[in-house]
Amino acid sequence: MRTTSTATRLTARCNRASGLETCGRGFASGHVCNSPGFFDLDYALLFTQTLNGLQLGLLLFLVASGLSLVFGILDFVNLAHGSLYMLGAFICASLTFLLGNFLWAVLLALPLTGVIGYVVERTIARALYTRDHLDQVLGTFGLILVIDTLTHLIWGPEGIAIPLPAWLDSQVTLAEGLVVPTYRLLIISTGLAAAGGLFWLVNYTRLGMLIRAGASNRTMVSALGIDIQTLFALVFALGAMLAGLAGMLVSPITEASIGMGNNIIITAFVVIIVGGIGSMKGAFVGALVIGLIDTLGRSFIDDFFKLFMSSDAAETSAPAVSAMLIYIIMAAILAVRPQGLFPPKVR
Amino acid sequence: MKRLLTAALAATMLTTPALSAEVKVGFVTTLTTGAAVIGNDMKNAVDLAIEHMGGKMGDLDLTVIYGDDGFKPETGKQATDKLVKQDDVDFVAGFIWSHVLLASRKSALDAGKFLISSNAGPSPVAGKLCHENFFSTSWQNDQTPMALGEVLNQNGVKSLYVMAPNYAAGKNMVAGVERTFKGKILGKDLTKWGADAQLDFSAELAKAKASGAEGLFVFYPGAAGGAFIKQYQQAGLKDTLPLYTVFTVDGLALPKLQKANFESVLGSRTTGHWAPSMDNPQNNRFVADFKAKYGQYPSNYAAQSYDAMFLIKSAVEAVGGDLSDQAAVRAALEAANYDSVRGSYTYGSNHMPVQNFYLLEVVADADGVWTLDVVSTVFENHVDSYAADCAMQ
Repeated sequence: MRTTSTATRLTARCNRASGLETCGRGFASGHVCNSPGFFDLDYALLFTQTLNGLQLGLLLFLVASGLSLVFGILDFVNLAHGSLYMLGAFICASLTFLLGNFLWAVLLALPLTGVIGYVVERTIARALYTRDHLDQVLGTFGLILVIDTLTHLIWGPEGIAIPLPAWLDSQVTLAEGLVVPTYRLLIISTGLAAAGGLFWLVNYTRLGMLIRAGASNRTMVSALGIDIQTLFALVFALGAMLAGLAGMLVSPITEASIGMGNNIIITAFVVIIVGGIGSMKGAFVGALVIGLIDTLGRSFIDDFFKLFMSSDAAETSAPAVSAMLIYIIMAAILAVRPQGLFPPKVR
Repeated sequence: MKRLLTAALAATMLTTPALSAEVKVGFVTTLTTGAAVIGNDMKNAVDLAIEHMGGKMGDLDLTVIYGDDGFKPETGKQATDKLVKQDDVDFVAGFIWSHVLLASRKSALDAGKFLISSNAGPSPVAGKLCHENFFSTSWQNDQTPMALGEVLNQNGVKSLYVMAPNYAAGKNMVAGVERTFKGKILGKDLTKWGADAQLDFSAELAKAKASGAEGLFVFYPGAAGGAFIKQYQQAGLKDTLPLYTVFTVDGLALPKLQKANFESVLGSRTTGHWAPSMDNPQNNRFVADFKAKYGQYPSNYAAQSYDAMFLIKSAVEAVGGDLSDQAAVRAALEAANYDSVRGSYTYGSNHMPVQNFYLLEVVADADGVWTLDVVSTVFENHVDSYAADCAMQ
């Protein structure tokens, strides 16, 4: 903390009243004055926000990759994918209190979420594969309501705050004036590791080969004697585990709460539409793009607006515009590339 | 057999007039979504109030019908419409959310019902949209943050970063602190709110830290409050950017924060019109029985809801159960002649309470349970800033 306090105090000395002028002497460390104008960005802030965007993007990737796999390979629209994200968080929360350690809880909750995904596939999703998308949307929407209410009955409405071990509940000083919470770095590294693992799984294993083949031509795969039913169930369980992992990772920050999955599922759909449905690479790039745009939009759009409108108008319109920014991006990409940025090769 | 039927029929007809000897209260709150944690606390308080009243207000039997607003204005309006038209209640009470109250008020008031807000206090209902049949047992939204702004001045805080959810009450809270705070506001973030509210505040916290402000003011009611406090602690801002909150570190957030061992909230300060520790017979009974029945301290939402029921009871008793005389009921409500858990208060011309606001601190009670305690009085008999805009004078 001591290293930052100097920088903070220096920043505190300059204020908006200084207008576009820089803050004078005493900034040899390269620290730039706080937001006097849009183009004099605070680089430490920009870097922190990029990390925040990366963290959000990787969480989105974990949810979107499963959604994209299921949508791309099974041709199944699973609105209830967000419910698996929520269940992951609640199971992990209960296990954290049971085992007394967050990391053990995550390791144990992962296979449990996978099993729940497997059961959902066997009992509910399988019956809907041959139906059209509208039936699937209705069916899985019903599933959301059922799971939300079950969660309400089991865990109560208040949500659960998950305590972190002390070594995670601290901060890391990356550079002068650049302090980030340790746990956020853990999310970023876990997200990258999961993305790497998934990349390896899809590109270098037999299962991955079947998944890719299934995404390109389902009928041909089953005609070649592959047990497509088991493959589908595995893909579904894998998607559930990824979504569950995202839920577990986010809940020490926000908390496990009812309806948390419904918030992220919409954004996850935006991600796979931007990235290209069924493509891992698309989900990855799409998630990072959306995560960064959303975070940077929330951080800097009001400063940007202040360049050409009154301070009051900027403060009023900025929250509204930053909330819809990702949808504007989606609309723009749909207009130029309706198939998404990285669509899977031939269907 | 035939005679028996006739007797039964006669008995039914005889009991029909007795049916009208009841008072019906419709109570709209959030019973689903994560915000149900607030709604349940209010419902618990109302149930306790019914128990304490023995299910009666004066000679009338009391019926309370709950409506769920689902944290959405349109659903809240539907729930209110149903209570007014189908259940034909005499009083509509409740309302956590300012946007829900603003959407629903017309349904209740146009039908000639009394509307008692037991939490939401958006500026329009205190000012231009004030109504003779509208009463509040809470506060106007701006008042609590105004008291906090005053506390900041007293503590010599010179600059502030402000964060609140982007809806009617969030804007009022910001306006409130801006009205009294004499230092500089270095930055402001209004974040997405509603059933899909933003709960990860990393970007905003980074901005707040970079702004170099001497303090951070936030208003995050319900589940968002717990999430915010955790991230504030994880970001390690306690020493560089002290936190000042309203309706965030409250009776609902504290049990969860204690369970997760967030020691840093002990000693943190907020403002409010009520605390569980206030020593008066009504409050002592309320807090003790609430704890005994539900196993935790009541929140301010619970206290205001409990008060709303006793305010209604005082009016019903004052008119001797004759609810048809609206003017008399209104006059009785205006008198606020009941034992409020906050101690006595009066009503201003706009039917908002004129009451004291206190500086509150998070402390551990004798059993080690975290709760709020009164430190000092910030405002005495405070009148809200919109009373002058109200046509009723």
